[in-house]
Amino acid sequence: MHEILTVLESDARATPERIAALTGIAEDEVRAAVAAWEADGVIRRYKAVVDWDRAGDSRVTAFVDVTVAPERGRGFDDVAERIARFREIRAVHLVSGAQDLRVEVEGSSMKEVADFVAQKLSGVDRVTATSTHFLLRRYKDDGQLLTDPEPDQRLTITP
Amino acid sequence: MRPNKPFSRVVEACPPSGIRKFFDLAQTMSGVISLGVGEPDFPTPWGVRETAIHALTRGATTYTSNSGLLELRELVCADLAGRCGVTYRPADECLVTSGVSEGLDLALRALLNPGDEVIVPEPCYVAYQPCVAFAGGVPVPVAMDPAQGYRLDADRIAAAVTPRTKAVLFGSPSNPTGAAQSAADLTALAALAVREDFWLVSDEIYDRLTYTGTHTSTAAVEGAWDRTVLLGGFSKSYAMTGWRVGYVCAPEPLAALMHRIHQYTMLCAPHVSQVAAVEALRSAEPEVTEMVADYDRRRRLFVKGLDELGLTCPEPGGAFYAFPSIRVSGLSSQDFAEQLLNSQKVAVVPGDVFGPSGEGHVRCSYATALPLLEEALERIGRFLARA
Repeated sequence: MHEILTVLESDARATPERIAALTGIAEDEVRAAVAAWEADGVIRRYKAVVDWDRAGDSRVTAFVDVTVAPERGRGFDDVAERIARFREIRAVHLVSGAQDLRVEVEGSSMKEVADFVAQKLSGVDRVTATSTHFLLRRYKDDGQLLTDPEPDQRLTITP
Repeated sequence: MRPNKPFSRVVEACPPSGIRKFFDLAQTMSGVISLGVGEPDFPTPWGVRETAIHALTRGATTYTSNSGLLELRELVCADLAGRCGVTYRPADECLVTSGVSEGLDLALRALLNPGDEVIVPEPCYVAYQPCVAFAGGVPVPVAMDPAQGYRLDADRIAAAVTPRTKAVLFGSPSNPTGAAQSAADLTALAALAVREDFWLVSDEIYDRLTYTGTHTSTAAVEGAWDRTVLLGGFSKSYAMTGWRVGYVCAPEPLAALMHRIHQYTMLCAPHVSQVAAVEALRSAEPEVTEMVADYDRRRRLFVKGLDELGLTCPEPGGAFYAFPSIRVSGLSSQDFAEQLLNSQKVAVVPGDVFGPSGEGHVRCSYATALPLLEEALERIGRFLARA
């Protein structure tokens, strides 16, 4: 059944009929599975992977490593959830290594992103340090190569 | 004064590949969707390519041992033992070749004396019968039944056996039909081989591309190992067609003869390709799994689409080909392929290229992107509506 999810992850517009044709799973089973996953939150949302550079959009993205002050009896969940609620935040991950959280911030300019980090993100309770890395270029995103695909060099007809 | 003495009569008598005509025609056109490609549309996994590039910078440009890198033979034999339950000694029962193509040539030249017969179930890969002839043998084509999914029918094959029969040569999964042979049918064939004392030359290049059940290697069935030549490689499973690396496994007496030919004619398979093959076996399993899953999805959608157009075919259990009947069109295979190409710019290969029993069929490769397969089905539909 996870094959249904694999198909939807690569093509969110795939209809139950198409998914059934691709997977060999009966169409009504596909519909039931997808409905259940949507209800359970396994499928959170359907999306397109957009190359914003190619669309001519000049939005700015930064990856910010966030250090959180440890506190007895408290983990990282409350800090992570508080950070996640900001409109400017696109992603929040708890990671291993020197920092605790890795956060993706988006804004219309470097100044806007920098101001957000300095004035809002750094001020969140228990955040003790931030380290900001501005995204310069995306080569691959969400499993999708954003560079031009290798041309098909195969001969037209071969045995 | 020009040379007068005749060229090889055997080679001159061999007809040129029927694929060439359509290749030349398709090359003159733009916007063609080709369902005629016999190789994967995936690139070789990047980790394999990167390893090969690194190997070249480190000097992997020399000859290797004739038999091939020992590490590669060991990995091949371990892979065959684990996946297929067949055991070969890397030292003297496994030879690395320049693709299955070279392995096939070695096997036939090592097996055949002039006039020996080789039964070739049809429809079959274009090279089988010419290679038998080039090795001095006599190809004996025997048509298999599309109504039975092109299974290897031991009774049909038995009817063609003579005292001169030296071998039966076949591919499983098959190019062009996609038929993947069952353990039961291979066992019956092996029993016939024991009774009539002939060899089984088993081309298993598409072994990883098996969708219905698991692949049965011919050498694994009862009675077969002692008289089977197992041909395998990396071209289709790992998308390494241009690297020209494969292997042939057989009992030692025959393997030694193949080695003898190979050491004089080829010397060794390309060094860098062997290094790449080692890396493929070590690390590219996830990519193979993904490719096979992708082919399987395309297979289901494409065969369903052909069926809805009235171009029915037995469900292909392996490889990446469908071999539908085109009788609803009322056209010959050649006319169907030519008119489809000219009017709708979809290239397929006429079935009679794979033997006379292929007449009334065309070979469609689904080794191409899903949107192109769907577009091709629409164009074929328009073609049939006008025909």
